[in-house]
Amino acid sequence: MLGWELPPHISGGLGTACQGLVEGLDSAGVEVVFVVPRAYGDEQAGRAKVIGGHGVQLDQAPGQPGFQEEPDEGVISESRAKPVPVLAGVGARALDEVAPHDVSPGPADQLHVSDQRPGAPVPGVRTVLVESPLRPYQDSESYLELVQSLEANGESSSSAGTTFLGRQLNEQLSAGQAEPFEGAAITDPAAWEALAHTAAKIAKERFLRGENAPEEARFTGGYGPDLFGEVARYAQVVAEIALREKVDLVHAHDWMTYPAGIAAAKALGVPLLIHVHATEFDRSGENPDPRVYALECMGIHAADRIVCVSHFTGRTVRYKHGADPEKIRVLHNAVTQKEQRAQWHTGRTLKGPIVLYLGRVTMQKGPDYFLQAAAKVAKLRPDVNFVLSGSGDMLPSMMMQSARLGLARNVFFTGFLRGKEVERMYSMADLYVMPSVSEPFGITPLEAMALDVPVIVSKQSGVSEIVANALKVDYWDVDELANKMLAVITYAPLRKQLIDQGRDEVGRMRWDVRGELLRTYYEELVA
Amino acid sequence: MTAVTFYFQIHQPYRLRQYSFFDVGRRHDYFDDLENERILKRVADKCYRPMTLLLEELVDRHEGRFKCSFSVSGTALDQLARWAPDVIETFRRMAKTGCVEFLCETTHHSLAALVDEKEFRDQVRCQKARIAALTGRTPTTFRNTELVYSNQIARMAEQCGFNTIMAEGADHLIGWRSPHHLYRPEGTESILTMLRSYKLSDDIAFRFSNRGWDEWPMDAKKFTKWVMDLPESDDVVGLFMDFETFGEHQWEDTGIFDFMRHLPSAILEEERLSFALPSEIAAEVDPIARLDAPLPVSWADAERDLTAWLGNPMQRAAHEALYDLGPHVRGTGDPALLETWRKLTTSDHFYYMCVKFFSDGDVHKYFSPYSSPYDAYIALMNVMGDLRQRIDAPAGLTSPQ
Repeated sequence: MLGWELPPHISGGLGTACQGLVEGLDSAGVEVVFVVPRAYGDEQAGRAKVIGGHGVQLDQAPGQPGFQEEPDEGVISESRAKPVPVLAGVGARALDEVAPHDVSPGPADQLHVSDQRPGAPVPGVRTVLVESPLRPYQDSESYLELVQSLEANGESSSSAGTTFLGRQLNEQLSAGQAEPFEGAAITDPAAWEALAHTAAKIAKERFLRGENAPEEARFTGGYGPDLFGEVARYAQVVAEIALREKVDLVHAHDWMTYPAGIAAAKALGVPLLIHVHATEFDRSGENPDPRVYALECMGIHAADRIVCVSHFTGRTVRYKHGADPEKIRVLHNAVTQKEQRAQWHTGRTLKGPIVLYLGRVTMQKGPDYFLQAAAKVAKLRPDVNFVLSGSGDMLPSMMMQSARLGLARNVFFTGFLRGKEVERMYSMADLYVMPSVSEPFGITPLEAMALDVPVIVSKQSGVSEIVANALKVDYWDVDELANKMLAVITYAPLRKQLIDQGRDEVGRMRWDVRGELLRTYYEELVA
Repeated sequence: MTAVTFYFQIHQPYRLRQYSFFDVGRRHDYFDDLENERILKRVADKCYRPMTLLLEELVDRHEGRFKCSFSVSGTALDQLARWAPDVIETFRRMAKTGCVEFLCETTHHSLAALVDEKEFRDQVRCQKARIAALTGRTPTTFRNTELVYSNQIARMAEQCGFNTIMAEGADHLIGWRSPHHLYRPEGTESILTMLRSYKLSDDIAFRFSNRGWDEWPMDAKKFTKWVMDLPESDDVVGLFMDFETFGEHQWEDTGIFDFMRHLPSAILEEERLSFALPSEIAAEVDPIARLDAPLPVSWADAERDLTAWLGNPMQRAAHEALYDLGPHVRGTGDPALLETWRKLTTSDHFYYMCVKFFSDGDVHKYFSPYSSPYDAYIALMNVMGDLRQRIDAPAGLTSPQ
């Protein structure tokens, strides 16, 4: 399984879903090898210790091409001994991040919510961390960084020469065997796919020769701005991991892992399943980044199965990316069941009910609709407080708008919340609203429900497909949103029913059930 | 001799429009006339009109030997009069044949019997007068909303002058006893209880078109054989169902009309069998035993209880808040306000709030104009908020806290 991020520092991320999925697969008897690129940078020192026991770092792996088995043999043999069908993906996940005893104290801890996520590493899962500057995109800031680095390098393939694969490509280029990867090519899915195939070929040749890690494949830390070269290098390394692990299937999460997924599946000749958690259309509306879109199209067309987090997303890949509907399967996210309920119920500090928005403050999340509805509610009920939590490019304009709407007394901005602050915020709220314009899934309403907060979600969210005990509105129907906000605030029996039924409902959304379903999707591909 | 007694239920509620919190105090038109008209006309085209004409034809063809009975709620009668008056005319003609009996219920298909005896008596008195005016005959058989039945309700029906009351032949009501006899309710003097034979009724109403049913396809002969398989001592087989079974729940192409076209002759071919009206049964058959129903029984869902309407706290709170308004509405002496309030007592408004999603919820969803039970609750509470202001009643559950 090719993961993308570590358990995230904001709730609702891909990392949370991957963690749940892997646990679900484990209980469904599927052995998983989880590969994740390990970000480097300022936080590296803080994490080095964490990774030491389980991870693999290129510059510490003299015997292997960019990775290394976990030194912790106990864990490995335990998973190896499991008498289960091996339907593995290649991938990695920093499960060690969730084991509190592994976490070294220091500022780096603040980046994670690992201290509130339950559990120890899943026994049936091994994680492989590949040193890489590739970053998760879910967090808007790192996504912006990514786009900027793409921007800076989109026109040039020369820096790819600093990798082994890049050198090979350059040799092919000069020999006239390949087209320069620049200009139009970077938005061409076929060009990306060819790159992945080249990575697979090189990986396979090296594997058959039994080669150890050459100097060229080692991560030198010099690729910061060269995303393209890094993607190619990562694909090659992952393909070699797949060859060594002899997996039965490759499962890749979202577009950044698609080249690596294709390379791994191609090198080994096994099926490729891609998992779509979000698309470029959910992030950028109707103006997708053409390079990201190209990568999505490549993965969607190369995959043998396309697992989407909702029917909503299934329609997106079908109609926007031209996916073959026969290949699409839907697997809704579940909720990590918490043993203990939140203990923040004493946290109320404001008089009057609190209506909460919590999420990125960007166009796709609909914060402006939240404020418009708030203005209507405040006219009838001036005692209602509205809290807008989160950061994003629309935050300044939202502050302006709240003043313009005469809501200065009613609206509070908390900025970006992390870790326990998030739970605390939920617990203070009388109502959580997710007015997303486009939301592939949207796990936050389920987290709110688990904390006994009634929710309103937009009908344009994947989560609205599976949740019954939530109020639903079209995001653009501000009048109806305001009506429902008032109803929840005003009618106590409604609030109680939403809370009681909602808690039960979320309790039934279990990852082990999703794991069983995912296993059946695997079995469609692996006889 | 075993008698087959058909009783068809016709009811249409006044559905609310999407009444927002912001409408409170601003507009007082609560009902979605366009939607109510659209639905009534559709059901009239697919079911009421063709099926009443078919039954009329069957009565005619069998020269008085085929009989059936109806109960039509007051809200349905109103809507038919507005949007499908020819169906009312058919009722009138059918009543004249003497082969079609019309039962009584509450005018507004309400659950008043459970919470407001005065309102219950008022609604029953109104409906009795309406049926008498329509058919020229005062009804003697009572059918409470959704077949909600208990000792107490049977006693009230007796006091209202009825000699028969209908009930669901639910297992938890009758236990080992047969639904094919008449019973005398605990605590009553003279009224009789006639029971719904739920297995045979549901064979027609629910299973007829189900291709997964191992008896599918069922025709009139097969059904008649099942009736013949019953003990000869059985007095009456009550086949009670929604009239919309024919053409609306089960579409014409399932063959449901053909089934009914052939059923009378198949039944009448058997010497042992006949059709009878509820009033005829009551006159000829004696009760076999006392029947004790301390708790209400209904014909809804698998539970056959009240949970479809009053099962969750939201439903109970809304129902209570509505009936709290009753004395104040009557106090205004304004017949239009009273009628508006009564339209809200229709049980459907509470049925829409049912959250039994995972077993019977599918049926609820099918019959609900709302996409969620929560939306149903919000609309009704908003409407009640406005109505409360109009009658100047003290604030209750719908007021801001």
